[in-house]
Amino acid sequence: MAEVSPAELDAALGFELLRGMWRIRAFEERVGQLTRADEVHGLVHLSIGQEAVAVGVCSRLTDHDAVYGNHRAHGQAIAKGAPLAGVMAELMGRDGGLCRGLGGSMHLVDVEHGFLGATGVVGGNVPLALGSALASRLRGQDAVAVVFFGDGAAQGGIFVESVNLAALWALPVILVCENNGFAEFTPRSAHSTVERVADVVAAYGFERATVDGNDVDAVRRAFGGFLGAARRGEGPFLLECLTHRLRGHYEGDPQRYREAIAQEEWQRRDPIRRLERRGLEEGWLEDDAPARVEREAREEVEEAVRLARERPFPAPGLTAELVYA
Amino acid sequence: MAREIPYIQALGEAVHQEMTRDESVLYFGQNLGLTDDDPYVQAFGKDRVRVTPISETAEIGMAVGAAFGGFRPVVQLYMSEFMLVAMDQVVNEAPRFYGMSGGEVTVPLVLQAGYGFTAGWAGQHTGTIYGMFMGVPGLKVAVPSTPADAKGLMTASIRDDNPVVLFHSYLLTLEHGDVPEGEHLVPLGEAVTRREGGDVTIVGIGWTVGKALAAAEQLATDGVEAEVVDPRTLAPLDIGAILRSVEKTGRLVIVDQATRHASAAAIIAAEVASEGFSALKAPIGLVTALDATIPYSQPMEEYLMPSEERIVAAVQQAVGSSPVAA
Repeated sequence: MAEVSPAELDAALGFELLRGMWRIRAFEERVGQLTRADEVHGLVHLSIGQEAVAVGVCSRLTDHDAVYGNHRAHGQAIAKGAPLAGVMAELMGRDGGLCRGLGGSMHLVDVEHGFLGATGVVGGNVPLALGSALASRLRGQDAVAVVFFGDGAAQGGIFVESVNLAALWALPVILVCENNGFAEFTPRSAHSTVERVADVVAAYGFERATVDGNDVDAVRRAFGGFLGAARRGEGPFLLECLTHRLRGHYEGDPQRYREAIAQEEWQRRDPIRRLERRGLEEGWLEDDAPARVEREAREEVEEAVRLARERPFPAPGLTAELVYA
Repeated sequence: MAREIPYIQALGEAVHQEMTRDESVLYFGQNLGLTDDDPYVQAFGKDRVRVTPISETAEIGMAVGAAFGGFRPVVQLYMSEFMLVAMDQVVNEAPRFYGMSGGEVTVPLVLQAGYGFTAGWAGQHTGTIYGMFMGVPGLKVAVPSTPADAKGLMTASIRDDNPVVLFHSYLLTLEHGDVPEGEHLVPLGEAVTRREGGDVTIVGIGWTVGKALAAAEQLATDGVEAEVVDPRTLAPLDIGAILRSVEKTGRLVIVDQATRHASAAAIIAAEVASEGFSALKAPIGLVTALDATIPYSQPMEEYLMPSEERIVAAVQQAVGSSPVAA
């Protein structure tokens, strides 16, 4: 059984989680600017507003644990340890990028840090995590596999097939649903009669939880409980994080489907501001700390942009060299 | 030492020998290893030999993830059409990751998929669909035409660091042939000349190699010497071997069990027309299945398929358009 650790944040951990979220926020805001300036080209999905999920989950993991991301994966990769300059260079299509410019925004891979990969097709990554979990078990290791996906993926056949197989083989895999209420441009109510993704897996006997995905501490605690059990060989688990993306589905999305009032409410629930308010109230964050964390994150991102710009574009022929291993 | 065994047994022998040789080789599939006296379960245990639900998408995707984790899964799909329900994993996940990651991850994975069971199995279990997969960069496609190649190509596929779809011919399942007992490898990407001849090149693929050889014997009685080339793998395609043969003979007939517009024949013909046009003395002949769903009734089934007679007729047309004895 999963055990949830007590709700206590000390200064060191709280600061670390805040810093983790600010690094992603600053990075993605800069990516948005660079997209409009055409320095980052192609399709870009930002996770602004959802940082608490990636940080809450990945702050528990080691490089040995396998993480799979989806089309909105910048934050997931960064939270798992991918270097900002490597991700930025990849988004700029440079040879020095994580994937030498062949993958781009939707296909980040960083094996060194256990970020085995992001897939751009909704739901396509879920069974891959099962394979990593099986590999870990066959080797007798306590490493786990984690896959991030959105609520839109839960209606796919691939999801149900994977859920069934994960339960059948009792794999040490943790499915993390970022339920932001929208599958691309369409509200969940137009996709399914099942409101909670956690309910979708109930029949398969998953241990599961639905948490406030904009509360990084809540995400981290719930995930930590599952993680401890998965490390002991139990599984599978599903953690549903209710959250909201503050930007469009993709950069440039006119977002005509948004409700203005809900948007204001979600701005208030911004996971970064919430953690800052809590830190100031509980006294583990000094008054000037939030501004300092933000400034340092933005400086780090600027350094990543500078380094990325220095890296060359790949020789066009590289793509032909990398067809077969 | 070689001894005669059936094609299907040769495939299984390769999997068994590779599982013995390399602990990272896993075997997944539906209805697989169900009993404790199953030879794979007995030898390797139920950790490495795993029965799966009828969930090709999860099955193949899980195998891709296991390959990321350093294992070498062989997924037994029985019928190649079952891959069609898992196309995202076969086309858009397994073969894409090596390139998309800038070469950071490899996916050593074998999908064993039977094709072309034109023996009354009608429209949905008879497809010859390897041509659809030739155009997927990063995916290798092997089509053994003999029991020895079945073993050799399967062994090479398991040891390859790329995803390979090994299409086994259902019509050859029980064909016997000499197969080496011990380790036997046929490198992926190398064609073989099955018969030498100077008048015309016949390319056969999988089941049609035997048909091409039989037609060649018949043609020889009329004084036409056909060279029969078997690509053995369609991706990567050894187009060089085909071009060299065409340079020698000047004529080309391609025999493919696939429906024409999804055939490997169409792709090979385009390559030869593009790269070997100056050597051609006659139009390229294509002997393929008609572009129709495979029918159930036997006379219609036979009507649709390439036959020895159609191969002979195509060769005679190629040869007749420019007399052999100039």
